[in-house]
Amino acid sequence: MLDPLILLPAVINGLTMGAVYALVALGLTLIYGVLHIINFAHGSLLMVGLYGVFFLHRAGVDPYLALVIMVPALFVVGYALQWSVIGKASHGSDQNVLLVTLGVSIVIENLALYFFTADTLTVDTPYVFEMIDLGIALVPLPRVIAFLSALVLAALLWLLIARSDLGRAIRAVAKERQGARLVGIDVDHIFAMSFGIGTACLGAAACLLLPMFYVSPHVGHVFVLVAFTVVVLGGMGSFSGALFGGLLIGVTESVGGLLLGESLGQIGIFLIFIATLMFRPSGLFGARLS
Amino acid sequence: MTRMNKSLSRRHVLTGAAAGAAAGSFGFPAILGAQPAAIKVGILHPVTGALSYSGTQSRFGAQMAIDEINAAGGIKSMGGAKIEALLADAQSRPDVGAAEIEKLNEAGAAAVVGPYASAIALATTQAAARHGLPHVVDVAVVDQVVTRGLMNTFRFGPGVKKTVDTAIENLIKINDAAGKPAKTVMIVHEESAFGSGMATTLNAELPKHGFEIVETIKHANPTRDFSNIVLRVQARKPDLLIPSNYYNEYVLFARALRQQRVAPKAIYSILGGGASSYKFVKEFPDAAAFVMDCNHWFDPRKAAALALKEKTEKQGLFYTYEVFMNYSCVYLLADALERAKGAQRDAIIAALASSTFDMHVMPYGPTRFVNGQNQGAQPVTTQILDKDIKVIYPLAFASGNVVYPMPERRA
Repeated sequence: MLDPLILLPAVINGLTMGAVYALVALGLTLIYGVLHIINFAHGSLLMVGLYGVFFLHRAGVDPYLALVIMVPALFVVGYALQWSVIGKASHGSDQNVLLVTLGVSIVIENLALYFFTADTLTVDTPYVFEMIDLGIALVPLPRVIAFLSALVLAALLWLLIARSDLGRAIRAVAKERQGARLVGIDVDHIFAMSFGIGTACLGAAACLLLPMFYVSPHVGHVFVLVAFTVVVLGGMGSFSGALFGGLLIGVTESVGGLLLGESLGQIGIFLIFIATLMFRPSGLFGARLS
Repeated sequence: MTRMNKSLSRRHVLTGAAAGAAAGSFGFPAILGAQPAAIKVGILHPVTGALSYSGTQSRFGAQMAIDEINAAGGIKSMGGAKIEALLADAQSRPDVGAAEIEKLNEAGAAAVVGPYASAIALATTQAAARHGLPHVVDVAVVDQVVTRGLMNTFRFGPGVKKTVDTAIENLIKINDAAGKPAKTVMIVHEESAFGSGMATTLNAELPKHGFEIVETIKHANPTRDFSNIVLRVQARKPDLLIPSNYYNEYVLFARALRQQRVAPKAIYSILGGGASSYKFVKEFPDAAAFVMDCNHWFDPRKAAALALKEKTEKQGLFYTYEVFMNYSCVYLLADALERAKGAQRDAIIAALASSTFDMHVMPYGPTRFVNGQNQGAQPVTTQILDKDIKVIYPLAFASGNVVYPMPERRA
């Protein structure tokens, strides 16, 4: 079915959904791409953010206003988690980090199950059914906001990493941990800061996602695999890559669903992923491997 | 047990409490030796994992029934033996469900109630059959659950075929009564055995009754975005939309339909995840308005069903079908235990096989098992009217009048 009246809106749907994937992947590309921490708890931390936004909404705070609370709150959670649990329990070994984050993820999910039950929760905002008419398609307002926010967030993260002292320190730690320590950089603090910033991105993603999605203890699984794919596809540690990768995957999934049937739509994602790994293993925006 | 609603009166409770207090104060030792041994019953559901919401609701319903039965004096024919729940978690996985059956068997369970999902039930009923363990199946609609000749398996609720047949029958009545305004149909279903089986049956049956199926769309679980599916619905403009999905996907789909202002003549779900959910009605009253669903539902005319609804809501829970189906299943089993006069598995299987239990909260006839399927089971068609879920068909159980075609809904 390649009727332009359906194809063009499908591409727009793909772009807006891709922006959501990019939002979730931006934090991961910092944690996974720059620091090489395979963070299996990324989905669970997104879930924590979504519950935070849900309860703030219940207390009368609009999900978008919740940004000013959730971003710092998730930063503190991420910093504390890396400083007190992941960093200490991993003893500097990447394999340990993988297992520790997996363990953290299981603990967080089960705590959520215990405290919040398995109930699926949603928020009803006055703008949930608001639509923006783009001429060829009606796009829900929350999706337009998520799309624009993904662009802004990617730009902010790029500025932070490329232009600030903290960013230079993060890059130094990522490139040569021992050398960074020798020139006086507090490596443990930088790790925790990076993890905190990556988790803070999830706070932003949660605020932008909840008006169009739901939260349950297992909601992280819905996004985390796609987020890992986006990071590798875009190039590890590349924010523009995460943004482009997210959008590409969104459009591929959307158009793939249209051509192959909705349940097979994800095949396209993984075909592109395999092709990227074969022909450009460093990712679309990553540095070429020597 | 012949009456299911035999809760203790206030006087009984006070008398019992006073007697207990007196015995304690006079220092009488508890006569534990005279107490009949508790009957262990496995309550097996997926309380963690993807199906954990349904599993938790199911467990709650079963536990409510057990508490009531025990408070009312237990199983009388066994000297007032109490039912002891052995709570088990299938973790939303068939292999874990089967492993839990082994544990329940080891723990001496007399019978098992559960396990909600079809895929898990296929595994647990087979595992239970190896031990001759009676297994009352609560929901698990896939018909293979009861077509494999397992003598220990008794499904209380209706299967897919019965549900789809009833849904079509009720749909034809509704459409005919309104002058047949719907001619074209579009089906949107989830991809597991439950949704796919239903779509196959609908594709075979609906054309026989004059409906043209313009498209059938299958989607994955989970599906993160329904925008494209809604685009296709918009392009096809079906008179009738038949969704069949789990709750999360149902909510996203209904929202997307509402956002894109898609307005078919009716949305007629079959075992729709959200359409017979008070939660959906409460959280999205506009998107839910006038949606019809053929599903498991309680008999709104029965006082016991309404009392259970009140109790459930007092606990801060929604009164979902998992609650009242499991509640009824435990009473069905208690009735069999009463007639079996013992916890021997063979006797319980025989008692279940000959059950005529009718004191449930469902709009069913008396229980009658043929090859493990309750012939009295039937789904009903509900519609969301005035922000409430009303039964509209069959008319014998109706609590509301059908509104069809669907009026213009507020954008």
